[in-house]
Amino acid sequence: MNNAKIKNPKPKNYNPIICTPYTVWSIIFIIVPLFMVAYYAFTDKTGAFTFDNIAELPRYAKTFGISLVYSVEATIICLIIAYPLAYFMSNMKAGPKRMLSMLIMLPMWMNFLIRTYSWITILARTGIINTLLEKIGIGPLKLINTPGAIILGMVYNFLPYMVLPIYTAMLKLDHSLLEAADDLGASPFMRLRKVILPLSMPGVISGITMVFVPCVSTFYISQKLGGGKTMLIGDVIEMQFQSAYNYNLGAAISLILMVLILISLAVMNHFADKDDEEGGLIV
Amino acid sequence: MENVVELKNISVTFDEEKVLDHIDLKIKDKEFVTLLGPSGCGKTTTLRVIAGFVRPDEGDVLFEGESISALPPHKRQVNTIFQRYALFPHLNVYENIAFGLRVKKVPEKEIKQAVADILKLVNLSGYEKRNISKLSGGQQQRVAIARAIINRPKVLLLDEPLAALDLKLRKDMQVELKNIQKSLGITFIFVTHDQEEALAMSDTVVVMNEGIIQQIGTPQDIYNEPENAFVADFIGESNILDGIMKKDFLAVINGREFECLDSGFNPNERVDIVIRPEDVDIVPLDKGMLEGEVTSVTFLGVHYEIIVDVCGFKWMIQTTDENKVGERVGLFIEPDALHVMKKSKYSGMYGDYSTFSDEIEHLSDLEEDEE
Repeated sequence: MNNAKIKNPKPKNYNPIICTPYTVWSIIFIIVPLFMVAYYAFTDKTGAFTFDNIAELPRYAKTFGISLVYSVEATIICLIIAYPLAYFMSNMKAGPKRMLSMLIMLPMWMNFLIRTYSWITILARTGIINTLLEKIGIGPLKLINTPGAIILGMVYNFLPYMVLPIYTAMLKLDHSLLEAADDLGASPFMRLRKVILPLSMPGVISGITMVFVPCVSTFYISQKLGGGKTMLIGDVIEMQFQSAYNYNLGAAISLILMVLILISLAVMNHFADKDDEEGGLIV
Repeated sequence: MENVVELKNISVTFDEEKVLDHIDLKIKDKEFVTLLGPSGCGKTTTLRVIAGFVRPDEGDVLFEGESISALPPHKRQVNTIFQRYALFPHLNVYENIAFGLRVKKVPEKEIKQAVADILKLVNLSGYEKRNISKLSGGQQQRVAIARAIINRPKVLLLDEPLAALDLKLRKDMQVELKNIQKSLGITFIFVTHDQEEALAMSDTVVVMNEGIIQQIGTPQDIYNEPENAFVADFIGESNILDGIMKKDFLAVINGREFECLDSGFNPNERVDIVIRPEDVDIVPLDKGMLEGEVTSVTFLGVHYEIIVDVCGFKWMIQTTDENKVGERVGLFIEPDALHVMKKSKYSGMYGDYSTFSDEIEHLSDLEEDEE
């Protein structure tokens, strides 16, 4: 850190008094916990240094894999829903626009746990959907406790985090650029592909980041909507801390999860951001 | 010469405000036409109607004799240079210029040649790989021109393209644009609020105000024979006086008779009379046709700009002789200096220099609206 400070001269508006609270905050709530995770991951219950926790991880390879696959699926579904939605929203008149962004934000005002829990009553065997289906004779379907329900839960909970950054990027789009594309003979589809899509990429990337990261580490959604049958890596971590009391193994899994997330984001940024400086929001 | 663009009875209304009020305009092939007027006069809207960005409520747009009113912008054979250039920030100079040819699926080899040629034309050879954000305003302007004219449009629309440049660069670009227009033989429709720019560049000037065309003519016509008080005031400086046309070739101002070169008015018709500041001579009191008191003197290098109060009406006069504030002088006006106009709704609104605040007007003109 010291080296970095010497290399980069302080910005002109750097003020130690204003910056101190943030520095202290980052140290206490970000840096120290990170070191604690690393410390637990490489020690055993007596506090002695060990690689045993890491060595145990291959047992969870499948769970890691499932978590990643579900999260990627949920993120892709979110993107498919959110992109057109954000596009149409940004083109709406002021009134409906405000209304719709309100509706998208509204669920976020309710507690995440309650929102997820309420899906049980919708998807359950005797829930709203199955009751309706039975009435029209399609019999009860197995909706809850399936991988589909977990992904649905992820999409439902994290969709706003995909819509909002893309929507913001679209709003920032200079309207005259769209006219210029029109003027130069681009059809509406070409305009979307050659102008709107590349210019909204920063929004897409932060959307993907903001959906993928919480998806891959979630545990509550899989417990409630997956019925505990499908363990995600978040569930395994939670179990280590809550019931197995194996902080060391929990920390080791967390650490590896973090590394995996970083790698996924780096890979994504590498493909998405060829010459765009705004793209690399996280890595 | 045939008409390349023709507007027939075009009306546009935004939020119940009439922006264009039954506009008729014919634009000849290979002509440099300027739409000139103050903010909100409808000049930019007229341009956008031709480009297809604004659908008129009424009227028809013809291109080479055929109606294009129903065509979306991307199917029209015109190209636009936007006020703030609207270059694509995610593409470099080459890709920006190639955009129009790319969407037409022109082979890459031809594109390469065309871009190289056009860059040479706008003096930007070697800038292909540059990032748009790394270019100066003048360079961005050139890229915008190149991006439009590479498509070989029949008509190029320019929406205040020089407004963002500083004075020196603007003068250079005026000459350059004019040269490009001549060498390519393209019709230019140029929008500006700068009357000097309009006079210097155009074959034809269209003066607009309040959504109505006030006058169409050559720069000389517009300056020497303004149609009404608005045009006279907007183009150059002018003293606009209330007068009476006693009979052909004889006008009365402030109770004094003046010979003039205008005719065709009813006997004793009330008229507006324009006298340009450079056409008034300051003479000794006994030789003057009118006399007044100097109330202000401004030295502008080439000449002095003085304000003379004649019976309560403040004249602006440009003279190379030095006068003192408070001095009483005579004014001498040749018959060909008078231009007589019919009374219009603008009569009495312009042409008196008692407030003399046109600098402020110029500043507010710079903030041109885009609606």
